[in-house]
Amino acid sequence: MLPLILFYIFATILVMAAVAVIVSRNPVYSALSLVLCFVTSAAIWLLIEAEFLAIVLVLVYVGAVMVLFLFVVMMIDINLEELRAGFTRFAWLGWIMAGAIVLEIAGVVLTKRLGIDVTRGGAPLPANYSNTQELGALLYSKYAYPFEIAAMVLLVAIIAAIALTLRHRPNLKVQDVGRQVAARASERVRLVKMDSEHRE
Amino acid sequence: MITLAHLLTLSAVLFALSVAGIFLNRKNVLLLLMCIELLLLAANFNFVAFSRHLGQLDGQIFVFFVLTVAAAESAIGLAIMVVLFRERRSINVEELNQLQG
Amino acid sequence: MNQNLLLAIPMLPLAAALIAGLAGKAIGRGGAAAVAIGAVALSFVLSCLVLKQLLLDQAPNFDGTVYTWLVSDGVRMQVGFLIDRLSALMMAVVTFVSLCVHVYTIGYMSDDPGYQRFFAYIALFTFSMLMLVMANNFMQLFFGWEAVGVVSYLLIGFWYTRPSAIFASLKAFLANRVGDFGFLLGIAGVLYFTGSLDYQTVFSAAPSVATKSLMVFQGHAWSALTLVCICLFVGAMGKSAQVPLHVWLPDSMEGPTPISALIHAATMVTAGIFMVARMSPLFEYSPTALSFVLVIGATTALFMGFLGIVNNDIKRVIAYSTLSQLGYMTVALGVSGYSVAMFHLMTHAFFKALLFLAAGAVIIAMHHEQDMRKMGGLRHRMPLTYWTALIGALALIGTPLFSGFYSKDVLIDAVHASQRYGAGYAYWCVLLGVFVTALYTFRMIFMTFHGPERLDQHAREHFHDVGWDMKAPLVALAIPSVIIGYLTVEPILFGGYFGSAITVLEGHDVVGELKAEWHGPAAFALHSLTAAPAWLAAFGVLSAWWFVLRHPERGDALRERFSGLNRVLVNKYYFDWFNENVLAPLARGLGLLLWRGGDQAVIDGAIVNGSAEAVGRLAGVTRRLQSGFLYSYAFWMIIGLAVSLGWFLIHI
Repeated sequence: MLPLILFYIFATILVMAAVAVIVSRNPVYSALSLVLCFVTSAAIWLLIEAEFLAIVLVLVYVGAVMVLFLFVVMMIDINLEELRAGFTRFAWLGWIMAGAIVLEIAGVVLTKRLGIDVTRGGAPLPANYSNTQELGALLYSKYAYPFEIAAMVLLVAIIAAIALTLRHRPNLKVQDVGRQVAARASERVRLVKMDSEHRE
Repeated sequence: MITLAHLLTLSAVLFALSVAGIFLNRKNVLLLLMCIELLLLAANFNFVAFSRHLGQLDGQIFVFFVLTVAAAESAIGLAIMVVLFRERRSINVEELNQLQG
Repeated sequence: MNQNLLLAIPMLPLAAALIAGLAGKAIGRGGAAAVAIGAVALSFVLSCLVLKQLLLDQAPNFDGTVYTWLVSDGVRMQVGFLIDRLSALMMAVVTFVSLCVHVYTIGYMSDDPGYQRFFAYIALFTFSMLMLVMANNFMQLFFGWEAVGVVSYLLIGFWYTRPSAIFASLKAFLANRVGDFGFLLGIAGVLYFTGSLDYQTVFSAAPSVATKSLMVFQGHAWSALTLVCICLFVGAMGKSAQVPLHVWLPDSMEGPTPISALIHAATMVTAGIFMVARMSPLFEYSPTALSFVLVIGATTALFMGFLGIVNNDIKRVIAYSTLSQLGYMTVALGVSGYSVAMFHLMTHAFFKALLFLAAGAVIIAMHHEQDMRKMGGLRHRMPLTYWTALIGALALIGTPLFSGFYSKDVLIDAVHASQRYGAGYAYWCVLLGVFVTALYTFRMIFMTFHGPERLDQHAREHFHDVGWDMKAPLVALAIPSVIIGYLTVEPILFGGYFGSAITVLEGHDVVGELKAEWHGPAAFALHSLTAAPAWLAAFGVLSAWWFVLRHPERGDALRERFSGLNRVLVNKYYFDWFNENVLAPLARGLGLLLWRGGDQAVIDGAIVNGSAEAVGRLAGVTRRLQSGFLYSYAFWMIIGLAVSLGWFLIHI
C-alpha cells in the first residue's frame, strides 16, 4: 500500500512538473522543472525496483545533461517576449494531438490486450537480487557490441559538440611547433661579405 | 501495488504533455529539446514498466541505450543551438526557414 | 544447275548498275552503255542457257539457299533461288526485253544529260526484277517487289525538273504503297499460319491452312487462306495496276519511253501476274479468292479498254491497252488458267514492248510530240516503224496466227469453259474487250500512220526518222511478236511445259478441258474464223477505219451525241477525281486530326507535357509543405505518428 501512495505522490509531482516545463515563461524555470521531472521519475523507478536506471537517470540526466541545459540557457541571451509571441496559436492543435495520442495508446492497450494483464504488477524479486549486477552481466555479455557502439556514439557526440562550438579567432598568435622544428639555419641566417667602410 | 496500468497511464500522460509542449513552444529550440527529453522519458517509462512486468531485463538495457543516445542528441543539439545563436543572435525558430525548398 | 551461274544472272546487271551509277563520269556515256548492255546481254545468254538446260537437258529444278541473311525465332530470312520452268521463262523474257530496251535507249536518250544515270537505273531494274522472279522465298520476293517499285519511281520521275513527272512518280509510289501494304499483310499471314517464308514449305502446308479460319470481325469467321490470298492479290493489284489501284499506270507515261516499254508494259507490271501464278498452290485452295481475282481482272480488262478509245496521247492509249491486257491475264489467273496467263504475259511482253518502242520512235521523230491529233500519214515518212507497229497492233488485237491471237483466244475459251463464280461476267467482259481492243489499237494506228498529215510547223521542220539503234530492237521484237505464239502455244499450254511449277486442282483445270478440242495451232487459227472473237476484232478494226479515216466527222458527232458518256471516259471514270477530292482530303483530314488531336493534344499536350505540368503543379503545391520551419517538420512527424498509431489501432 505504501508504494502505491508514494507512486501517486510522485506521479502528481511529475505531471505538475511536466506541465510547468511546457508552459513556464522562463526557460530557466522549464529546465529546473525538467530536473524535477527526472528526479521524481527516478523515484518511481526505484519504487518498481529498477534501481540502476534510477541512479543513472539522476546521475547522467540531472548531473550532466540538465546542467548543460541550464548552462546554455544562462549563457545565451534570449529575447523571451519574441519567443512567447503567438504561444497559443497552435495550442488547440497541440492539445488535440496530445488527446488523440493518449486515446490511441489507451485504445491499443485496452482493446488489443497484447497478451498481458495490465492490472498486475511486476513479480516480487528475491531479497538478495541485485538489479545492477544482473544488468551488468547482460550488458557485458549479450549486449557487448551494442554497448561498444553506444560508447562510440557518445564519443562522436563529444567530438561533434566540440567541433561545432570551437571558435577560430583569426588574430590569435600561436606557436607552430612543426615549423619551428623544421627550421634550418640556411633559411634564417644570411651571410653577407662586404668591404669595410671608410670614413670619408 | 503499482500495476502496469498505473505506469502506462503515467507515461501516456507524460507523452501527451510533451507533444503538447512541442506545439506550444514551437518557436523556442531550447524548449523543443526539453520536450524531446520529456518524450524520451515517457518512452523509457514504458520500457521499464514492461521490463518489470515481463521479468526480463532487456527492456532496461534498452532504456540504457536510449539514455546514451538522448545524451548525445542533447549535446549535439545544444552545440548546434549555440552556434546558431552565435550566428544570428536568436534562437527563434520562426526565423529559421532556410531549409525551405 | 550451277549455283554460281544462277548467281551471275542477277549480279551482272547489279554490277553494271553500280559501275554506271557510281562511276558514270569516269567511264563516260559510251562506257556506261557498253557496261550495262554487256551485262544484260550476258544475263540473257545465261538465262537462255538455264532455260535450255531445263527444257532440253531435262535438268532438275534448282531450289537452294545462297545466303542466309538472318534467323529470327526460327524464321529464316535468306536469299535463295527457285529455278523451274516458270521462273526460267520469266528470266528469259525479262532479260530479252530488257536487252532490247537497253539497245533502244542508246538512240532514245542520246541527247539526254542523264544518260549514265538512266543506264544505271534500268540495269538496277533488271537486277531487281530477276531477284523477284528467281526468289524461292517470300522475303526475297518482297525485296524484289519493293526494289522494282523504287526503280519504277526513280524512272517515272527521271526528268525530275518536270512537275508532272514528279507528281506521276509520287502517284505511282503511293498507289503501289497501298498494294504493298496488302502484300505485306499477306506475307505476314503466310508466316503466321505456316511459320515459314520458304515457298516449298508454305506450298506443302497450303491444304492444311485451307481448313483454318480466322476471326477478323467478331462473329465472322474467314477462311485463313482466302484472307491471305486476297491480301497477296492486293499487292498484285498495285503492281499489276488492277482496278482500283490502276491510276498510276497511265501517269507513269511521264517517264522516258524505253521505261514505259520495259517497266510499265513488259516486265514490272507483270510481276503481280507472275506472283499469283507462282502462288498457285495457295490460290488453288481458295475459290473465293480466285473469284475475287476474276472479277477484278474482268473489270479492268473491259473498262480500262474503253478509256483507250477517247485518249489522244499515243503513249497513254498504249498504257490503257496495257491495263486492259493485264486485266486479261488476271482473268486467266482467276479461272485457274495460270499457264494461259503466263503465256499471255510472255506474248504480251513482246508485242507491247514493240508497240511502246514504236511509239517512242514516232515521238522522237516528231520531236517529242505525243498528241495523235498532230500526227497522221506517217507511214510514208517512217515505213519500218509503221510495219513493226502494225505487227504489234495485229498481235495485240489477236489476228489469227499472230502471237497475241493464241494467248488471247485460248484465254477467252478458258474463261468460257470455267464454272467459277463470276466467270459469266468475266466472259462477256473479255469478249467485248476484244472489240474494244481492236477499236482503240487501230484508231491509234490510223490516226498516227494513215490519213492526211496534221503535223504542225515545228514538227514538220524538225522531222527526222530514227536511226538503226532504235530500229533494230523494233525488228528484234517484231519477229517474236509474230511467231512466238504459233511456236510455243502447244508446248506451253498443252504440253505440260510448266510441270510442277504450277498447281491446278482437279476440277479447276480449264486448260486441260480445252486440250480435248486442240488439234494444233494451224487448225486453231482456222477454227477461230468461225468464232466470235475474230469477228469482233475485225468489226473493231472496221469501226476504227470508219470513224477515223472514212468519216472523221461521224466520230465527232458520235462524241457529241454521247457527251455524258464521253465526259465520264475522258475523266477516267473519275477515279483520279475521287482520289484527289475524296480520299486524299479524307486522309489528310484524318492525318490532321490525328496530328492535332492525337499527337499534339493527347500525346504531346496531355501525356508528355501534361504529365510534366502535373508533376510541376503538384510540386508547386507540395513545396509549400516544405516551409523550412523546424516546428512544422516536428508537427508533421507527430501527426504522422498519430495517424500510424490510428492505423495500427484499426487494422492490426
